[in-house]
Amino acid sequence: MTVYFLCAVLLTMGLYCLVAKKNIVKKVIGLVIMDYAVNLYLIIVGYKKGGVAPVIERGMNSSMLERFVDPLPQALVLTSIVIGLGVLALMVAMCIRIYERHGTFDMSQISKLRG
Amino acid sequence: MSPVPLFVAIPLGAAFLIPMLGIWWKKSGEVLAALSTVILAVMAILSIGSTAVTHHMGGWAPPVGIALVSDGLTVLLLIAVNVVAFLCILFSLKYMTAYSGLPKYYSLFMLMVAGMNGVVVSGDLFNLYVFLEIASIASYALVAFGTEADELEAGFKYLVLGSVASVMILFAIGTVYAVTGTLNMADAAREISLRFSGAGAMNPALLLAAAMFLMGFSLKAALVPFHAWLPDAHPSAPAPISAMLSGVVIKSLGVYAICRVFFHVFGFDPNVTSSVILANSMIWLAVLSIIIGGLVAVGQWDYKRLLAYSSIGQVGYVILGLGVGARVLATGGPRSLAALAILGGLFHLLNHAAFKSLLFLSSGAIQHATGTRDMKQMGGLRDKMPITSATTNLAALSISGVPPFSGFWSKLIILIAVVKAEHYVVAGIAIVMAFVTLVYYVKVQREIIFGSVRGAVEKAKEVPAAMYVPLIILAIVCVGFGLLYPVFGYRILEPARDALLNGAEYVKLVLG
Repeated sequence: MTVYFLCAVLLTMGLYCLVAKKNIVKKVIGLVIMDYAVNLYLIIVGYKKGGVAPVIERGMNSSMLERFVDPLPQALVLTSIVIGLGVLALMVAMCIRIYERHGTFDMSQISKLRG
Repeated sequence: MSPVPLFVAIPLGAAFLIPMLGIWWKKSGEVLAALSTVILAVMAILSIGSTAVTHHMGGWAPPVGIALVSDGLTVLLLIAVNVVAFLCILFSLKYMTAYSGLPKYYSLFMLMVAGMNGVVVSGDLFNLYVFLEIASIASYALVAFGTEADELEAGFKYLVLGSVASVMILFAIGTVYAVTGTLNMADAAREISLRFSGAGAMNPALLLAAAMFLMGFSLKAALVPFHAWLPDAHPSAPAPISAMLSGVVIKSLGVYAICRVFFHVFGFDPNVTSSVILANSMIWLAVLSIIIGGLVAVGQWDYKRLLAYSSIGQVGYVILGLGVGARVLATGGPRSLAALAILGGLFHLLNHAAFKSLLFLSSGAIQHATGTRDMKQMGGLRDKMPITSATTNLAALSISGVPPFSGFWSKLIILIAVVKAEHYVVAGIAIVMAFVTLVYYVKVQREIIFGSVRGAVEKAKEVPAAMYVPLIILAIVCVGFGLLYPVFGYRILEPARDALLNGAEYVKLVLG
């Protein structure tokens, strides 16, 4: 239970960083922290204490099957990391373009649109 | 072979080929994008009335393998997405010549179409997330495509909020997996109804997942209070992209996903206490969106910003219809009433796709001819650009619910359903806000179309045929949906309504 709680704390920290920081690069970092908190969460969902890799070998009995970790969340996390990398690359590229146009990373000086 | 995977494969292949061929062949973007969207639009229209099918990717049957599902709801969205995409590409051919890097533009556009079609056909929660991200990333880049100061700022804002939504959705998917042990939507639905329908209450973890899903998809659908990115992002994008974003992106990534996840996976079951809470929160989000989107739109002088706020309000009507239907189902009310409410919501979704993309394309045509979006600098467009003005007029009448255009009928159905469900206050708000919609479109007509020629309009000329043909087609659709509903509209809408009403049918369809 504590692990899930700490995972939620990490997610909240990322969200706080995203909302409270003025610097857009720090906002990007906050988003990455959130992304990693969710990846961690997926890993925890599939975690099993003392588990082994889910590879069936010759001569295994059914008691071994019980100890297999769930491989699906790991596959999901791999995909999610790749997607996160794509989003991160786009975000950093946009930050560079914004810096070229405005000469600053400070959101309060960039902000012209009212939302 | 079933054509379902082609809806993803064709645009994805085009998105891959366009930048590669673009190195040697300058026109690769225009040709390939136009060709593939024509094929997709024809395929989507031909799939009207087809029986619901499940395609097993790689021959692995669900719940082990990934399934692509095409039922009534999917067909409705496929038609909206692919027809609007085709018309937007047609409009882009002339409009986008002012920009550089065109192969990149068309490649991103096709990627966005591939993502939306993927979301719509996916029968697997994680697959839905992946396609959602493909469509979102492409649309972030397209909003910032002009790389001017405003566009970058709007794009960044959209990117940050959209990514928060994606994180929430992934978290919710992980939770659903932790509780049910499956990612297949039909299998998860079966598991949830087996375990919690008898127990009478939902697992708290699933409730958390439902809340996260609602927040994530509402951010993608720009429902108030998650709307802050939309009024910046939609006006900043090039006009065809604004039309895609307002016309279909917020619907396929937001509204469709809400429908699929809540109606099918979670289900509105009268035996489960939490389903009323879910339905109520949908109604609340809808009412807030209708009020705030409508009222703020009245005060806008930037034409595209006005349209963007109007999108928030109109998507509110769609969610209102669906939410009232969900509430009737959740409280065990008459199914015919739920059917009426859902039909109204879906009808408004289809209509809004037609008239809002028409309005955004016309705003592009007006900006192309006059060089401004400021309504204070326009006037008397009727004399200078008769075709654009006439089509804009039609769309404005349709969206503000003037009979006999399509928007009137869909709003009428929603209102009748809301009144019959005895939500009188909500019905009152919806009626008042329908008048407010009329108010700001009368403002559009007075400031832009009628009156004496003034300001930037003096030098304006009618746009070339490549730009006004899509406008005319969409205007015909706007009128046609209103008048010809008994002739062909029901063939699209009624299967979609039945798909949403009968969650058990969906489970049976996918799992056999």
